[in-house]
Amino acid sequence: MIDREILLEKIKTSPYKPMKAKIIEACMLTEKEKFFRIELEDKINLSHEPGQFVMVSLFGFGEAPISVCSSPTDKGYFDLTVRNVGTLTNKLHQFKKGDIVGIRGPFGKGFPVDNMFGFDLVIVAGGLGIVPLRSLIRYITYNRNDFGNVEILLGCKTPKELLFREETHEWMKRSEIKFNCTVDKADPDWKGNVGLITSLIPGININPTRTYAVVVGPPIMYKFVIKELVKKSIPAHQIVVSLERRMKCGLGKCGHCQMEGAYVCQSGPVFTYDQLQNFKGECHEKAA
Amino acid sequence: MKYAVLKKEDLSKWLLHLQKKAKLYGPKRKENLFVFRPIKDVEEICLDYIPTILPPKKYYFPQKEKLFKFTVNPFKTAKAIKEFEDFIIFGVHTCDIAGIQCLDIVFRDTPEDPNYLNRKEKMTIIGIECLKYCDENANCASMGNHVPRGGYDLMLIDIGKYFVIHVNSEKGEKLVTGLSYIKEAKQSEMDELARVRNEKTKVFKEELKAPVSKVYEAFGAQESFNSKVWEDVGKKCVACGNCTAVCPTCYCFDVQDDLELSFNEGLRYRIWNSCQMDDFAKVAGGEDFRKGRDGRQRHRYYRKFKYPVDKFNRYFCTGCGRCTRTCMAEINLKETVNAITDNFLQGEAK
Repeated sequence: MIDREILLEKIKTSPYKPMKAKIIEACMLTEKEKFFRIELEDKINLSHEPGQFVMVSLFGFGEAPISVCSSPTDKGYFDLTVRNVGTLTNKLHQFKKGDIVGIRGPFGKGFPVDNMFGFDLVIVAGGLGIVPLRSLIRYITYNRNDFGNVEILLGCKTPKELLFREETHEWMKRSEIKFNCTVDKADPDWKGNVGLITSLIPGININPTRTYAVVVGPPIMYKFVIKELVKKSIPAHQIVVSLERRMKCGLGKCGHCQMEGAYVCQSGPVFTYDQLQNFKGECHEKAA
Repeated sequence: MKYAVLKKEDLSKWLLHLQKKAKLYGPKRKENLFVFRPIKDVEEICLDYIPTILPPKKYYFPQKEKLFKFTVNPFKTAKAIKEFEDFIIFGVHTCDIAGIQCLDIVFRDTPEDPNYLNRKEKMTIIGIECLKYCDENANCASMGNHVPRGGYDLMLIDIGKYFVIHVNSEKGEKLVTGLSYIKEAKQSEMDELARVRNEKTKVFKEELKAPVSKVYEAFGAQESFNSKVWEDVGKKCVACGNCTAVCPTCYCFDVQDDLELSFNEGLRYRIWNSCQMDDFAKVAGGEDFRKGRDGRQRHRYYRKFKYPVDKFNRYFCTGCGRCTRTCMAEINLKETVNAITDNFLQGEAK
């Protein structure tokens, strides 16, 4: 808790100045995604909520918002998984163990873990969506008896793109969580499901009023997944999503992440489907 | 002292006095338009002007604001601005003062923005009340900004041979006291002020067809969001971003780094950015969350007449008319807003 206060104070006094942080582990997870384990200066705990993000600074290259993929219960460090898609992330991929980066945050609203207390959980991850969801899944497995049944559905394009292979393998073996994985297109070694992630939802057995569904994936995925979840009668305020937007400040000022009246960096990135319904047309993730 | 009086022949003398107190900015002629500039020669100041090309926001929210200096190796950050200097902006119209108030609210909102607040603290605003319209593009009376509504230290009102000065802060009072040529206003001068203000009510009339509360209501309707008006505006728009650059309440920015030739030292700064730009809401993965000029123009209007009203109970259109004046595609704010409200009111009547 003290660490959290230190970080809040930093954001208050010099909101644009990043903190020094060291990469203590780095490895490629797939062809395009690299994993970093990071330690803040003085070993301060990031004290984030699962689902929050940080701004990663590379001096000379700028900043980018990146989801934290470890749980606040993982102490002394935090994890990021970054896809190589732009100038900054391209440079970041050249970074290795021992290199220094700048960190601001954590920012935004995370998953409402306190509200989910005692509920069954259906977690739906599409592609990179597993990255922010890993923070929630790790949080849940750490506090396992706070929650009811936990069902994880993971979908990606091809087996090659599967992230956190060892960890998901581990989830698959565990008895207290159900884990299901599907790929759009299999390769010869793939033995699991083939098909879109939406095809996994009708098969799950849930009690809708006592279930929270958490969905993270590319914008196109939300509409279809949410439709399936609504068919299962999960109430809108118990369907939780996390949205991706362009961000430059994380402070609700720069305007890039604005979705109608809401600054996603402050009011989000986590929203309930109930909240999305109030948007008049700028929310791409809302079903028409 | 609440109201002071300054004879017009003493204006230059007073400006020289102000120059000694702090860095002085004021409106000046530039070809056939006007600009705020640092004032070297006090005779350059032109108080009979239509809204300047850029609002005075460039002084308290600079186009390129240094955030901090950095060193890559070893990792280090340092203050980029040691000390902010005192400055006076002279001759600010009430519409632009309303703009300052809007940005105050934004940057004071938690988390506060220290760069803005540090500059703001060093700023003194001396306004001048408009007694006639600048041109047909203004909609200040509809927005309620044609009359002073606070936000300044001193306000000048031209009463013919002299200015009545409304003293609105301690900072302002210090600039008018102890001077032989600035006296407290007498009753006769206050009567004159009342007469001039009364005359003014005959000049300024609401410029939008509907009261602004109706405009807000109209913007709240789903039909207005999906209106064909935005399609039409989007077809005209060339996405140049002029409208947002000249707007006193636009504050979107980008954060960028400048590296020195050593590749080890550099500067992080924020720079004005425009929601009208093609890539403004585009993420690295390629998804563009506000594709199309229609949606981007709509966003600009909603950021004036709807979203800030919901959030701060304040309209972020000051009525200065700059966006209309500067638009190369002749997109007209009054016409656009009227079209949206007309459609809404017609729908309501049905």
